[in-house]
Amino acid sequence: MMHPRVQIGLVATLLIAFGIGLTLYKATRLGLPLLPGESREVWTIESKISFKPSSGPVDIELKLPQSLGGWVTLEEHFASSGFGFSVEDVGSGRSAARWTRQSLDHPTTLYYKIQAYRANEDALPEYPTRVDSPPRLKADQLAAMERLVEVLKERSTGPESLVKLMIQQLNRDDPDPDAEFLMGSYSGTRDSLMLDVMSFAEIPAHLVRGVQLQDGRRRQQLSSLLEIYDGDRWLVFNPDTGSMGLPDDFYVWQRGPGAVLRVVGARDSRLEFALVNNRLPAKTVVSMEQQSENFALLDFSIYALPVEQQGIFKGLLLIPVAAFVVVVLRLLVGIKTSGTFMPVLIALAFLQTTLWVGLAIFLVIVSVGLWIRSWLSHLNLLLVARVSAVVIVVILLMAAMAVLSYRLGLDQALTVTFFPIIILAWTVERMSILWEEEGGREVLMQGGGSLIVAVLAYLVMSIGVVAHLTFNFPELLLSLLGLVLLLGKYTGYRLSELYRFRELVNQK
Amino acid sequence: MIKLISPRTLRKLGILGMNRRNVGYIGRYNPRKNFRLVDNKLFTKTAALDLGIPTPELYGVIDHQFQVKRMVAELLDRESFVMKPVQGSGGKGILVIVGRQGNDFLKPSGAVVGIDGLQRHASNILAGLHSLGGRNDQAMIEALLDFDPMMAQYSHEGVPDIRVIVFRGVPVMAMIRCATHASDGKANLHQGAVGVGIDIGSGASVAAVQNGKLVTRHPDTGASFEKLKLPHWQKILELASGCADMCGLGYLGADIVLDRQHGPMLLELNARPGLSIQVANQEGLIKRLQIANEIADQAADAAERISMARHEFNVANMVPLAEQAAALS
Repeated sequence: MMHPRVQIGLVATLLIAFGIGLTLYKATRLGLPLLPGESREVWTIESKISFKPSSGPVDIELKLPQSLGGWVTLEEHFASSGFGFSVEDVGSGRSAARWTRQSLDHPTTLYYKIQAYRANEDALPEYPTRVDSPPRLKADQLAAMERLVEVLKERSTGPESLVKLMIQQLNRDDPDPDAEFLMGSYSGTRDSLMLDVMSFAEIPAHLVRGVQLQDGRRRQQLSSLLEIYDGDRWLVFNPDTGSMGLPDDFYVWQRGPGAVLRVVGARDSRLEFALVNNRLPAKTVVSMEQQSENFALLDFSIYALPVEQQGIFKGLLLIPVAAFVVVVLRLLVGIKTSGTFMPVLIALAFLQTTLWVGLAIFLVIVSVGLWIRSWLSHLNLLLVARVSAVVIVVILLMAAMAVLSYRLGLDQALTVTFFPIIILAWTVERMSILWEEEGGREVLMQGGGSLIVAVLAYLVMSIGVVAHLTFNFPELLLSLLGLVLLLGKYTGYRLSELYRFRELVNQK
Repeated sequence: MIKLISPRTLRKLGILGMNRRNVGYIGRYNPRKNFRLVDNKLFTKTAALDLGIPTPELYGVIDHQFQVKRMVAELLDRESFVMKPVQGSGGKGILVIVGRQGNDFLKPSGAVVGIDGLQRHASNILAGLHSLGGRNDQAMIEALLDFDPMMAQYSHEGVPDIRVIVFRGVPVMAMIRCATHASDGKANLHQGAVGVGIDIGSGASVAAVQNGKLVTRHPDTGASFEKLKLPHWQKILELASGCADMCGLGYLGADIVLDRQHGPMLLELNARPGLSIQVANQEGLIKRLQIANEIADQAADAAERISMARHEFNVANMVPLAEQAAALS
């Protein structure tokens, strides 16, 4: 039987060496970069088409994106188990994916995944200018439309200002009577109303459909921009805010009329997008694609997972780093925290809320919670009931805070929901017991200690290199495990003890 | 600039740190399954009674909420008693009653507690307010010790208890913890209680420390620590050493009180005794623990262990810490 110390040393060394070795191998042989350095934002966009089949054959057609505005598609992937599948040319440079099946008896989801990055910030290319013929309207609608267009023309200097004015009008809380009537009586959406206004004003216009890129979103819907021709160039407008120009975070799926998704033989169809953003050099992704057949290793990397799970792991893989920070601060520095891993959870919440907002929210909820808890302690309740009461109080506080701050225009405070409720409630409970037994000083020591550890863990987790390394080289966590095992056997002094025993030498 | 002591000096002085205590002593010599016996004061008491180790008399135990009214009513027959949580830690939730005033009870500070106050305290204990991890608990009611008057002068409103660290059955280091006004009657050193280091060899005081600083007199009672010499010292050491055999923990803190009639009595045991005893004694634990290890290997029985410890750890035979430090620099 080996001495436990030797055993742990051996296991830890092996783990550390294995983690670093595999990382170096991936870095040198497979060309995965160790530093995020000259990275590109590579977006993985996963479209999910879900539907419930009705009787008879099912025919789904999804128009594929055109890669406009400088976007380059690195990889395409279709998932179509049990369906006939083909990619067809549908004219004018567009292609569409088509899934067909004779019959189907259960709700189904089809997937189409692309990885794309924006190579350069191109504007949208030329597009044939054509004014749509004005739609046929009922007499009262027609009159209102003509009056609205006349007013818009009167108040504007050209197509650009006219569009801005129109967007303003149609988004106002109290639009003028004509606009209000049109919106109320119109069968189509607001976007199609805008297109009709454009055709009455004889301005060439169409919608640009695409995906708003937000990292970690799972159920993003298609959104639209309004594009008009002002006489010599095409201009893009946001139909909600009226701001001009193609936003950086907008991935163009389709420009011009026509449906993106066509479904025959099914109902309740939905098109949703899951998005994940990785900072990687584009060439790495390309080389990964080329090499993935040669290196089975990459097939077992995080990249092999569906996008949704990738997004979750991006966060999960950071937790060991935070735990390591806690181990170091508690064993080497000797900071007192309330609960071993409460700081990790608080730090995770900080990642969502940003640091200062998170700190403010935490302090407000815990101090108000403590105040209410001190009243509860007079009621002499049984423990489980008391903790549940604190949970309810904490949730009410969070709701009150969200509503209040929203009314005051402080949108940041809405991120309050990212705080783990049960953890907050337990924190309040522990702190209040600590207060009753050990006094306010100990509460400040432990509460402050927890916050310091949480902030440090947050700062480490938000370093770009750390996120890059844990996501691309998860094997480094083995090395981290080795370090934690070694720290578990550390018998030296803590920094706090150098302070605690400081008087011992100088006395007598 | 905060003044720190260098880790090198600490190591040379043989000061035991938290990590080393946890890994090298508690983790190594205290089997997890034996913690139960010391974390539960009723188990400790039962085991002590079996071995003939004296403990304060048990008046009663409240297991369930419905018993609270009846048990508290029975207390009307008692002049004085102590109510405490069975699984409490660090002296939390201990209610001491020293006298009566009609149907009401008197605390040491002179404050009056009614029947309903006692009931509320009992309910809080049952709900786990004072217990490790907030578990449901039992409340126990014990006889109030009649402090040895020699001890009473060293404590302000609190219980002056003797803490002895026992390693593998060998008493290694001892101190008295004296509650002060600043510590609010509690015997916790980090809350401002005075720690008085006691010579294992003679039972006399070595040094007294409050908040890390040396003191010579109790800040509230004015009693001088220099003349302090514990009576029944051999009996105290025998009692502490006996506890180690009883609970099967290699590294143990025994809390002992001196009763006027019964002499030393076991109050409670601690499987994770703190490190401030080193400050109170102005002496590191590591060297003593190494010597104690040798004693434990050589000695045939408890009596021999104690006599060897009394010889080895006699302050007269040891180099004071200040001189060690001076030699280092």
